Amino acid sequence: MLHKESGILTAKLQRRSFLQYAGAGAAGIALIAAGCKKDKDGSFSAGVDLGSGDVGILNYAYALEQLEAAFYDAVVKTPYANISATELALLTDIRDHELAHREFFKKALGSAAIPGLEVDFSKINFSVRADVLGTAKAFEDLGVSAYNGAGKLIKSADYLVVAGKIVSVEARHAALIRDLIENGSFANLEVVDANGLDKARTPKEVLSIAQSFIKTTVNGANLPTS
Amino acid sequence: MNILNILEEIEKVDGEVYERLSPRRAAMKQFYGMGSKVAMAAVPLALGSMFKKAYGQSTSTVVDVLNFALTLEYLEYYFYQTGAATSGLIPAGTPAVGAINTIRDHELAHVNLLKGAITASGGTPVSFVATQFDYTAKGTFPTVFSNYPIFLAVAQAFEDTGVRAYKGQAPALMGSPSVLQTALQIHSVEARHASHIRQMRKAPAGGGVTALKPWITGANDSGVPQVDAVYKGEDNVTQLGINIPSLGFSVNASTEAFDEFLVKADVLAIASLFIK
Repeated sequence: MLHKESGILTAKLQRRSFLQYAGAGAAGIALIAAGCKKDKDGSFSAGVDLGSGDVGILNYAYALEQLEAAFYDAVVKTPYANISATELALLTDIRDHELAHREFFKKALGSAAIPGLEVDFSKINFSVRADVLGTAKAFEDLGVSAYNGAGKLIKSADYLVVAGKIVSVEARHAALIRDLIENGSFANLEVVDANGLDKARTPKEVLSIAQSFIKTTVNGANLPTS
Repeated sequence: MNILNILEEIEKVDGEVYERLSPRRAAMKQFYGMGSKVAMAAVPLALGSMFKKAYGQSTSTVVDVLNFALTLEYLEYYFYQTGAATSGLIPAGTPAVGAINTIRDHELAHVNLLKGAITASGGTPVSFVATQFDYTAKGTFPTVFSNYPIFLAVAQAFEDTGVRAYKGQAPALMGSPSVLQTALQIHSVEARHASHIRQMRKAPAGGGVTALKPWITGANDSGVPQVDAVYKGEDNVTQLGINIPSLGFSVNASTEAFDEFLVKADVLAIASLFIK
């Protein structure tokens, strides 16, 4: 919910660690609250504002991890018909990783974190293996391309490294899910081009794809573009 | 020699080349003024000097990183090329053949991409031929090209090392956003390879290492104690000062959810075991 009005806040965040910020307390909350008031006038674009700078990028990652975590949580709670023990164990592992990513970002962002997003999985038939794995593949490949495209937008080396630590795990997931659907498709031409490069997408491209699974409008208008 | 072509080539790996050059009007002016005064033979030198002025130290940093990456890609490429060409190693008529060929082709594409990027940045790419590598690691894996499970075990070590190596170099590329993005796009492909190789090792023909997962659990989960260095520090559970188990996750999940980086010296120590 950080808006242009709270630019002072985000500028400070870029120079300070989130942990320091998290302890800042009441003053920060008051600033965020002031930003939210403006929302009700409709004077800013609607929805949850991811914010700007590195905070914005971390909230962007947090939003995507929320989506993935909610998806795998549902997959493990209501497994598809005739799921094998091996597949359930792998999907449970992935759920735990996505939950860990989500909770990590929430903690790191502290009071700068966006609220929990409301997901929309009405189009997914969780009882059908092909539907579940097809959606998982789309989410994992999207996540990989999102982190690959966001890396150059990050100003802090520490945050870049953390994003790097997460994206390779997402790529491991993506390859596994692809292999479960069709063995050998872990890095096929759908995702890896003739130069041997995985996809990279801008936040704008990623959010327009992800939004169809999220009821809450996610506003990335203030994210850095270079 | 056409300077515009050169600038275009550099722009492919460094989208900011024009921005870097434009604030350095003096450097550009000096260069253009030179054209009428000096012989064409001096142009390459003048170009070098202009880029040095525009980039300061960063060109050499970027070239160093790219050459480091190129060394690893050569190591991987010749490994898969030799394996794929060794009759009887990879079970014929199984999906393993296609998977190894896919990975080999990606490593070759990375070699070619990095060579081009280094040349375009004004650097000299390192060069290796297959015979410069010793995939037995000085006798540690004597059957690497005759025993399929051992071949896959070494492959896993290479892929997991590659992932860690690219990750560790990301901060050094922050000054060149498009090079950074390219490196990240290679990095995730290496992780896809690692995931698949680990699955291949779980299969009975690949060694039946059933405890293995597509992600790294704890430190050295490969079952091969000789590659401990590849997994040094992978059991870290603290990210940005946040203890992940304290958020309610098992230690295993906490290590799996985050892949760790390796610094260049540690990667080179691993790679040097395989270089004659």
